[in-house]
Amino acid sequence: MMFTLRETWTAVHGMAFGFGFILFFTAALALLLTLQPQLLTAQGLKRNVVLLKISGIAIAGLSWLAVIVGTWIVYPWYRAAPPAGTSDLTHFARSRLLSSPTTAEWHNLGFEWKEHAGWLVPVIATVALYLIYRYGENLAKEKKMRWTVFVVLCIAFVISGIVGVLGAIITKEAAVV
Amino acid sequence: MKNGPSAAAILAGGIGVAVLGIVALLTEMAASINSALVWNKSVGSLSGKTIIEVVVWLVAWLVLGLSWKDREVNLRPILIVSAILAVVGVLLTFPPVWSIFTGHD
Repeated sequence: MMFTLRETWTAVHGMAFGFGFILFFTAALALLLTLQPQLLTAQGLKRNVVLLKISGIAIAGLSWLAVIVGTWIVYPWYRAAPPAGTSDLTHFARSRLLSSPTTAEWHNLGFEWKEHAGWLVPVIATVALYLIYRYGENLAKEKKMRWTVFVVLCIAFVISGIVGVLGAIITKEAAVV
Repeated sequence: MKNGPSAAAILAGGIGVAVLGIVALLTEMAASINSALVWNKSVGSLSGKTIIEVVVWLVAWLVLGLSWKDREVNLRPILIVSAILAVVGVLLTFPPVWSIFTGHD
């Protein structure tokens, strides 16, 4: 079994960047929740912040890569219009979805939402990254800012989760091949 | 440490999110706006919408960041406004919400 070029890029977009984001999000959340002076030694605090910064870079970086690859590489293949008279829609995912009333909503609601909402994630994740870098070890003392970063990351995660699930379902219904 | 730069980053993020929602709605409401935002033929109007979002977000961050560089600001209203902007942005990217404004299904 071989992946086509289009399938490979779709997998990179969703599996490598999308799931990578979720993986590092989990790490960032755990590091953030334990970033309290009473829970860590001074050395542990330093190490925790370094790991948090790495996770923050990964979250922001992967979310940017996911939307850039998704929009500028995979999306043109998805939305390509078939030439007039074409009946085989195998290579035209959007047209394939829209050709049946049972799948049309996956484009009209699912993909339309996903293509826009996905672009909210990198902006929000970058805000979180900035706050992590600006405060660094001070996040341990600044409870309000620590919780702000926590909430900002959770918003990015919830949106990316919705976008990811929609992407997986739409790929199952009409893969970009 | 002054919290002005952090407040600027948070509010600018909210502005960026809201802008994408507003522009997405506008393209649904007016075909002419949708056509005007086709900055790349193969990507369609998503190219214009997302570039506008990123540019507005970065400009807002720059302007707010410079304005609040050395200031201590009341973070609570900034967080509330940013949260409202984020909710607006998310809602306005949701297709069923577009139909409320356009009247189309």
